[in-house]
Amino acid sequence: MTGVTITGWGTALPPRVVTNADITTLFETTDEWIFERSGIRSRHNATGPFVSPPPPADPPDSGLGTTGTLAAEAGRQALERAGVSPDDIGLVIVCTTTPDQLIPANSASVAAALGIRSGAMDLNAACAGFTYGLVTASGLISAGAERVLLIGAETLSRATNWSDRTNAFLFGDGAGAVVLEAVPGEGSLLGWDLGVDGNLVPLLYAQHGSGMVMRGKEVFRRAVLATVESATKSLERAKVGVDDIALFVPHQANIRIIEAAASRLGLGKDRIATVIERTGNTSSASIPLALIDAIEKGRIHHGDHLLLAGFGAGMTWASAVWRWQDHPGR
Amino acid sequence: MEQQQQPMGEAEAEAFEKFKQCAVEVLQVDAKAVTPDANFADDLDADSLDLVELVMALEEQFDISVDESELEGVKTVRQAFELVTSKL
Repeated sequence: MTGVTITGWGTALPPRVVTNADITTLFETTDEWIFERSGIRSRHNATGPFVSPPPPADPPDSGLGTTGTLAAEAGRQALERAGVSPDDIGLVIVCTTTPDQLIPANSASVAAALGIRSGAMDLNAACAGFTYGLVTASGLISAGAERVLLIGAETLSRATNWSDRTNAFLFGDGAGAVVLEAVPGEGSLLGWDLGVDGNLVPLLYAQHGSGMVMRGKEVFRRAVLATVESATKSLERAKVGVDDIALFVPHQANIRIIEAAASRLGLGKDRIATVIERTGNTSSASIPLALIDAIEKGRIHHGDHLLLAGFGAGMTWASAVWRWQDHPGR
Repeated sequence: MEQQQQPMGEAEAEAFEKFKQCAVEVLQVDAKAVTPDANFADDLDADSLDLVELVMALEEQFDISVDESELEGVKTVRQAFELVTSKL
């Protein structure tokens, strides 16, 4: 029996930080209003082109201005941490809902930047993308791939209508990556659930060249219900009780959604990984950013059960129970 | 338009207790504050997302379904309670 585990990880955030104070220069709002409704104080924004410009104007190009460059930087760190070379990677999956162009897939330039030629594809399941990717990559490893580089990378700021006071403050950019590796035995993925209800597209979408359109209250409600339902299924399939979850690593869309879902699942605030205060909603990148933040803060230990859960436009949802395994290369 | 408020019947009073319980839990307010005339924003410090959460709790408690559009103009506890009871 072949399982899968995480042996390396890395993150990338554009250096340009847009604070709530910056947002108040765009339209009538306050730091307090934004923070109370979202848990967000600041977010990182890439370089344009933007649908409409976020403040402050004309930032310097940091070299991390696109989905592709963010993905490549996070991926480079993950390879280094895992102690593997580009030739050791069997496939690159870039989970993104904000690719740099229509054609080709963003993963092509990411693979090129990293020197990987074994295979590359994008995966778009909106904010549930990383968990979809985790399940997909685990399946590929079961089918014989030795290692998969899984990256969640987004530049949502480029698909944000910065004059829309109902949602412009929510979104941010960044990337998180993990190296997934075959291990003998059951491995780390103990249970998972994927779902979609494509009838709900009108709740949250962006057309080519337009900003994000969102029916916030309805998304809020659906998100809480979908997260709880999906997480419950994953826990059942993994045969893991909620009391045995060491850390809940949810999609970072809104602290209020996270807390409402956690409370329904019976998870206290001390068992939630969050980075949303300083990242905003980074869609596919949010779960790896929160996961890696928790790893680096020493919150995750060998044998810990993690509960990952996300939902997004589509609407899609996905969850997984993941048993953390320390790796000798760590 | 102020209407004369009838005293609550037994079933209605019981439903209001359940309503109040939901409000206390979701909005984290004192039960005494949840009066029919209480305004969600001004008296119970509840924003729009709090109201969504309250409605979710009420949907479960009363086994009803409330559409987002029905919440438009709901500002007081009485209005929300009447919306709930109209569905029972």
